[in-house]
Amino acid sequence: MSVLAQQLLLGLLIGGLYGLAAAGLSLVFGVMRVLNVAHGELIMLGGYGAFWLAALFGVDPFASLVLVIPGSLLLGALLYWGLFGFVVRAHEETRIKNSLLIGFGLALALHALAVRLWTADERSIPTSYGGAVLSVGELSIPLVRLATLTLALVLIGALQLLLSRWRWGKAIRATAEDWQAALLTGIDIRRAYLLAFALGTALAGAAGTLVTVAYSVSPSIGLEWTLKALIVVVLAGLGSMLGTFVGGLVLGLAEAASAATFGGPYREIVGLVIFVVVLAVRPRGLFGR
Amino acid sequence: MLEIDGLQAGYGDVRALFGVTLSVGAGEIVALLGPNGAGKSTLLNCVAGLVRPRSGAIRWDGQDLRTLGAHLIVERGVALVPEGRRLFGGMTVQENLELGAFASRAWGGRRAGLERVYTLFPVLAERRRTAVQALSGGQQQMVAVGRALMASPRLLMLDEPSLGLAPRLVAAILEALVAINRAGVTVFLVEQNVPAALSLAHRGYLLEGGRIVGEGSGASLMADEHVRRAYLGPLAVRTPSPQGEHQ
Ligand SMILES: Nc1ncnc2c1ncn2[C@@H]1O[C@H](COP(=O)(O)OP(=O)(O)O)[C@@H](O)[C@H]1O
Ligand SMILES: [Mg+2]
Repeated sequence: MSVLAQQLLLGLLIGGLYGLAAAGLSLVFGVMRVLNVAHGELIMLGGYGAFWLAALFGVDPFASLVLVIPGSLLLGALLYWGLFGFVVRAHEETRIKNSLLIGFGLALALHALAVRLWTADERSIPTSYGGAVLSVGELSIPLVRLATLTLALVLIGALQLLLSRWRWGKAIRATAEDWQAALLTGIDIRRAYLLAFALGTALAGAAGTLVTVAYSVSPSIGLEWTLKALIVVVLAGLGSMLGTFVGGLVLGLAEAASAATFGGPYREIVGLVIFVVVLAVRPRGLFGR
Repeated sequence: MLEIDGLQAGYGDVRALFGVTLSVGAGEIVALLGPNGAGKSTLLNCVAGLVRPRSGAIRWDGQDLRTLGAHLIVERGVALVPEGRRLFGGMTVQENLELGAFASRAWGGRRAGLERVYTLFPVLAERRRTAVQALSGGQQQMVAVGRALMASPRLLMLDEPSLGLAPRLVAAILEALVAINRAGVTVFLVEQNVPAALSLAHRGYLLEGGRIVGEGSGASLMADEHVRRAYLGPLAVRTPSPQGEHQ
C-alpha cells in the first residue's frame, strides 16, 4: 500500500511539470492554431540554459529561472519573427500542415545543435540540497521535486493572472476566441500571436529548467515532452491554464498508477490510451470550452 | 464621410460585389437593403478591413482604407457590429465592452465609455459580471452594439442587428441607433427588416446580386414599387401608405 502511495506521490510531482510543459503548447495552439511540435525541444533548451548557468557561472538552478524565462521569451519572439510568423499568414487548414513541417524541422535542428554543444550525454545539476527528503508517515517527499511542483503552480497562476488582467493578456484571449472579432475591436492580432508564442516559449524554458533540476536533461528528451504536453492539452482541453495544470497532475497520477498496477512499461502507454479515449468520448477535453 | 467607388470583391472564384458605388455623409443614417447573398456583409467587411477588395476605392475622410489593417481602421474611428454578433463568449459583459475600447484612440476613455453604454442599455449594467453566453439574444446584441461604441467611432456600421430578435427588442436596438446618431455618430445600417430600417434612415441603397439597383430617401424607397414588391410582400403593393409605416 505504502509503495503504491509513494509511487502515486512521485507521479503527482512530475505531473506538475507535465502541466507546465502543456501550458505553453496549449497557449500557442489555442491562440495561433499552430501545433508547435518543437515545443519539447524548447523545453530541452531551457534545461540546458539552466545547466550552462550552473556549470559555467555556478548559478543556482532555481535562481536561473530569473534568466532563463526572459531568455526564452526573447527566443520565442525570434522564432516567431523568423519562422512561425509566416505560418499564421496562411489559412487555417494549411496553417497546421505548415506548422508541422516547420516544427519538425526546428526540432531536428535544435536536437543536432544540442548534441553539438552539450554532447548526447544526460546531464543533471548537482546541488547541496538535492538529496533532501521530507518524511510524512511512510511517505518520503523529495524536496526538490516538491519545489518544482510548487513553482509550476506559481508560474501557471502568474500566467492566468497575466491573461485575465493585462491589457494584452485580454487581447490574447480575445484573439484565441475569435480573431476576426478581435481585429474589429482594434487588436493587432499579429502582436497577440507574437506575445502568445513568446509566452509559450518562456513557459517551455521554465519547464525545462525545473525538469533538469528535479530529473535530468539530454538532447533527446524533446519528443517525449512534446508528446506528454500534447496528451495533457487533449486531456484538459483549451481555454483554462489551471485546467491544463490539473490535466498534467492527472496524467502523472495515471502513469504512476498504471506502472504500479501493470508494471513499468505501461507507464508510457496509459498516456496514449487517455489521448485516444478523450478524443473519442470528450473531444473538448475535461475543462475545454 | 465614407465614399465607396467601383468596389469589386469576392471569395476565390465567387464574385460578390460588381462595382458598387455609394456614399455615407457625416451625421447621416444610411440603410443598405437587399436580399440574402446580395453582398451586404461583404461590403461592410471590405470597409472594416476583414475582406480585401479586388478593385475600387474605399475612402474615409479622404483617406484610402483598402490597404490599412483592420485594427488600424478601428483607430480611424470606423467600427463594425458584425453579422452574428461575434462576442467573446467566454468573457463577461464588461470584459467584452472593455475590449471594444482596445484601440488606443479609446482605451484612455474606457471608463466614460462604459458609463455611456450602460446609460444607453441599463440592463447591461445589471449584468456586467455575467458571461455573455448566458444572455438573451437581445441583450447579446446590445453588448455587440455597446462593444463597437466603446471604440468611440465616428462611423458605426451594423450588419443585421435585428436578426432573430423579438419586435420589442428590435425597436429597442433601433431607438438606441437613433440616440447614437443624435450624439453625432454616422450610422451605416445593413438590414433585412426593411420597414424598420427605412423608418429611421435618412437615405437608403438597394443592393441586389452585388450591384446597387436603387437609392433614395427613406420615404421614397418606402413608396417605391420595386421595394414594396420585393421586400414588403404583395399586400404592401396594393395598399401604399408610406406615412403609416413611418415614425
Ligand atoms: N466566406 C465566404 N466564402 C465564399 N463565398 C462567400 C463567403 N461569404 C459570402 N460569400 C458569397 O458572397 C456572396 C455575398 O454574400 P454576403 O456578402 O454574405 O451577402 P449578404 O450579407 O447580403 O447576405 C454570396 O454569394 C455568398 O455566398
Ligand atoms: Mg450578411
